[in-house]
Amino acid sequence: MRNFLFILLKEVRSYINSSVAFVVVTIFSVLTGYYFYNIFASFSTISFQAQTDPTMATQYGALNVTEFVIRPFFGIISVVMLIMLPMLTMRSFSEEKKTGTMELLLTFPVRDGEAIMGKFGGCMAIFFLMLTLSFPSILLVELFGDPEWGVIITGYFGLILMGGGFIALGIFMSSITENQIVAAVLSFAALLILYMLNFTAGAAGETMSAVLNYLSFTYHYRNFAKGVIDTSDVIYYLLFTLFFIFLSMRSLESKRWRG
Amino acid sequence: MIEVEHLTKTYGEARGINDISFQVEKGEILGFLGPNGAGKTTTMRILTCFMPATSGTARVAGYDVFEDSLNVRRRIGYLPETVPLYTDMLVPVYLRYVAGLKELPYREIKGKVAKIMEQVGLTHKADKFIGELSKGYRQRVGLAQALINDPDVLILDEPTIGLDPKQIIEIRSLIRGLGKDRTIILSSHILPEVSMICGRVAIIDEGRIKAIDTPESLTEKLRVANKVKAVIEGVAEDVKAALGRIAGVNNILVENGDGVDRAKYTVEFAEGINGPPLVARTAIEGKWDLHELTPMRMSLEDIFIQIVTEEKDIV
Repeated sequence: MRNFLFILLKEVRSYINSSVAFVVVTIFSVLTGYYFYNIFASFSTISFQAQTDPTMATQYGALNVTEFVIRPFFGIISVVMLIMLPMLTMRSFSEEKKTGTMELLLTFPVRDGEAIMGKFGGCMAIFFLMLTLSFPSILLVELFGDPEWGVIITGYFGLILMGGGFIALGIFMSSITENQIVAAVLSFAALLILYMLNFTAGAAGETMSAVLNYLSFTYHYRNFAKGVIDTSDVIYYLLFTLFFIFLSMRSLESKRWRG
Repeated sequence: MIEVEHLTKTYGEARGINDISFQVEKGEILGFLGPNGAGKTTTMRILTCFMPATSGTARVAGYDVFEDSLNVRRRIGYLPETVPLYTDMLVPVYLRYVAGLKELPYREIKGKVAKIMEQVGLTHKADKFIGELSKGYRQRVGLAQALINDPDVLILDEPTIGLDPKQIIEIRSLIRGLGKDRTIILSSHILPEVSMICGRVAIIDEGRIKAIDTPESLTEKLRVANKVKAVIEGVAEDVKAALGRIAGVNNILVENGDGVDRAKYTVEFAEGINGPPLVARTAIEGKWDLHELTPMRMSLEDIFIQIVTEEKDIV
């Protein structure tokens, strides 16, 4: 536990000192903020038109700020996460391997699990900072509208679970190569495939589409975006995270016995 | 403290080290000497649990490096050859991080870091990032991290490389001081350094230990040539003739031997004869001034070259 905290703190400090955190968090905020502005502004225009023109109102059905703004906002956050989190995780073990600091880390009395969880925690901390910076947008909606807080809470909860999965996968990819670019590309590709998996589900057969849906990230996020916490979704994300943390441990451990 | 038995490490086809066995007791400093690629670093990496051996066992402080790696790692301080450090961390922050990972009690960390920084001469670099430091200072940071938990066993891969002469002397005496109640293995390519610091020397070549003994007895064992160097002032022919009359002299070499000026004589004696007193007596009897008299033993350098180039085993 102690070592875990020491490594976590060191990771956060490294992210901040090397300005990686600054760049990733800023770009995340700019991208999500820009999208939020667009969608919130168009919602406000449509609401205004609907007020003056009753035929418009029937065309859009009941205008709901949660469905029209909050839900797509969470959707775009998950897409930006998909791009930015591999940038955060790519250095975690690759850099240590490249610069040789891995040699010292592995000869310190640190368990492999502590090292991995420390790195994981460090990335999660920066990820929390990213999510926190998206929260003022939500407050803006609260200021001018009446969003459903249940959906906001489950939405963030789902994003944290999903982010944990992204980060665990990224750390595993980083643990198998000493090249940061290879680590980033591998995790980006893997995440993208898992993200898009259910896009083709409609065209696949019944059994296949169920499998594709179940494996995909997006499919499991649906319920969170609706304000529903389904245990099967929670378990999917947790298992995903644990699976890649387990693989990272094996990958690190193999260094001790592989000839 | 350190017991190594039949340690072998192969990298695919290539052999890293081949059937190495040795022991180091508590309070002993063992020096590894060998050409590049001889297997010094590989041996150290196995002892520090960084990589596994292909076969054979190694025990540090009673714990097997493979079976009980965590307990071994608690008791060692390791300075790798390349001194890998986090360049984006401040010096004291890095040392506190290492102290934390090495399980120092939280309350002691700050004091210990300050103490160790003073010990290796880093106090005035406390506000610098490691990336801003020169090679010598990075080396000191590397040493500081190895020493921070007062380990029973210190494994130092070329500890004085890149330091200035004054610092080298300081670090050497620091290591000698530490060696009194600890076990230290160090490697170096500076031969006088090894003979100065280490109680025992292991000469490693092509993955095998070619010789392991104290520097003195290595010198003793290999004293093939029994020579005395003398600078004597006198007529060169007379001196040479007088020296030639000593029983047991095989050969005399004269340098600068023109006229009455000083000349350097290298007198080679037969084995088992103690040359210097005989040369001194000859000089006095001839009423010549004796300026210098040096028995020529083989330096560690000569031994090293001999073992490595002639593939002579003296284990």
